[in-house]
Amino acid sequence: MAQWQRQLVKIDDYRWQIPQTYKTGMRVPGLIYASQEMLESMRDEQTPDQVANVAFLPGIVGCSLAMPDIHWGYGFPIGGVAAMDTGEGVVSPGGVGYDINCGVRLLRTNLSEGEVRPRIRELVDALFRDVPSGLGSEGKIKVSQKEMDQLMVGGANWAVKRGFGLDDDLDVTEEGGCLAGANPDRISDRARKRGMPQAGTLGSGNHFLEVQVVKEVFDRHSAGIMGITGPGQVLVLIHTGSRGFGHEVCTDYLRTMEGAVTRYGIKLPDRQLACAPVESPEGQAYLEAMACAANYAWANRQCIAHWVRKSFSQVLGRSADELGMRQIYDVAHNIAKLEEHKVDGRRLKVCVHRKGATRAFPPGHKDIPRRYADIGQPVLVPGDMGRCSFVAVGTQRAMDESFGSTCHGAGRLLSRGAAKRSINGREVIRELEQRGITVRAESIPSLAEEASRAYKDVSAVIDVVHEAGISRKVAMATPLGVVKG
Amino acid sequence: MKGSFEIIDHTADVGIIAYGADAKKLFSNAALALFSLITEPETIEGRLRFDLEVSAPDRESLLVEWLNELIYLFDAEHVLLSRFDIEALTLTDLRAACYGERFDQVKHKLKTGVKAATYHMLKLDKDGDEYRAQVIFDV
Repeated sequence: MAQWQRQLVKIDDYRWQIPQTYKTGMRVPGLIYASQEMLESMRDEQTPDQVANVAFLPGIVGCSLAMPDIHWGYGFPIGGVAAMDTGEGVVSPGGVGYDINCGVRLLRTNLSEGEVRPRIRELVDALFRDVPSGLGSEGKIKVSQKEMDQLMVGGANWAVKRGFGLDDDLDVTEEGGCLAGANPDRISDRARKRGMPQAGTLGSGNHFLEVQVVKEVFDRHSAGIMGITGPGQVLVLIHTGSRGFGHEVCTDYLRTMEGAVTRYGIKLPDRQLACAPVESPEGQAYLEAMACAANYAWANRQCIAHWVRKSFSQVLGRSADELGMRQIYDVAHNIAKLEEHKVDGRRLKVCVHRKGATRAFPPGHKDIPRRYADIGQPVLVPGDMGRCSFVAVGTQRAMDESFGSTCHGAGRLLSRGAAKRSINGREVIRELEQRGITVRAESIPSLAEEASRAYKDVSAVIDVVHEAGISRKVAMATPLGVVKG
Repeated sequence: MKGSFEIIDHTADVGIIAYGADAKKLFSNAALALFSLITEPETIEGRLRFDLEVSAPDRESLLVEWLNELIYLFDAEHVLLSRFDIEALTLTDLRAACYGERFDQVKHKLKTGVKAATYHMLKLDKDGDEYRAQVIFDV
């Protein structure tokens, strides 16, 4: 692929603008958060062109934003944020992605590395056994048609009512684990059929469970409020989404939007950007269906968190409560939200698309848990399985500049095919074990796709958002044990 | 004449280029390419028959719909397919008899969890006497 050669306007060391004049049809400029070095790989991938394409969408306000972990997606780039005026703007399923509410949940423990390391093999085996994972995996919970409706409306709430986890978990989940407006009538039979057997499963691909140890704390006050005590403490990270259910919802509504694009006379540079006005019947139907899928994902992570606690409790012979396994937070990485933001000095209702991006609301915001009111919303940024993950918090600058959004992870460097050709799954396991990381995976070859070398370094990504001021680093943790589908 | 299909790389995902002397062959080769991403098609026995009908507003969309129909069968009902007899094909409608079997953990090795066929970089054209199509999948 040819390199993207056009000029980017440097705003400062971490901000680069794609002028509105780059392409006729752009309604706003593009804004990329990146270091000078990162720009090169972005240019190789032509991602700035995708950022510019998003700027064509009707009703877009501010800038078409790109986070430093951005990589090429279909239509919208992954790592992109776009806010549309709900009055005259559009909603696009491609701006959310297929895996609706793919996201991350982080649990703390009272355990130290010294206590866990000698038992890590047992723990990882227990997690592998207790949390259904892998391609074609089916859940341990059987969901009837009627329960599926309740799950779509209730999200994590539904799971807690069924005995999976604690009320306290809901307090520290984005949207309380239940996005309003979910309407099961908007869900096709096919989506239900894909979703019902997969409820409560981790899935495959880049989804994982990770037992981590805190390596560094950058902000002791914020860490303390989250229950992160210091280096050596063990945490557990859960990364999964809405499985085949979300994919079917996205596929269904891309089809709907194809028709809508013609009906409303919307001109697009890429078919995968298909969209409809937020206020149109098609736009509303998508938002109601997307909420069902978002809730499905929250129910999914809620069930998995429950089984994680059970596995720990069984292996270590103490209750999850005694082990201090409280939830720190749960965030969505792929979602569209109706929010109020300040645009050009006035309050505006917007539909914020975050595709591979995290909400990062500042201290004092009404939508974040009271316990975090002083520090800002926790932001969870997983890296690849060999390196590290970060906990950060949202800032006022994010609110003022990026519609309260920040990065979501490392971002791919090598395609899955290129990773498989150059890296061997068994070698990956050996390398990780040499570094003291225990891995269990359903599929050994697919491990190669997720090797460290296939990803950008998440530390560089987090440094950019920290330096740019759209979030603040709190802590860093490295893996002890990994379970992959 | 090129082979029936090729696998292509896409940073986040994976794609196929399928070939066919006619449109029917193109659609059946694209389906075979899809199942070669999911598993080894040689290990699939054509023991069950599935009759499928798909419609879409144009031929490009029809290809995406057709592949999504097959992905649905795999994801929701764990069906693997390896033979696709396209019985009728217009610009907007397709009818096919597909042969395969249910996924068996012992017999079939799953390679990639293909979750959706996308419209991204979707191309369907005719080069001389040969049809050619490119599809990117979300995995």
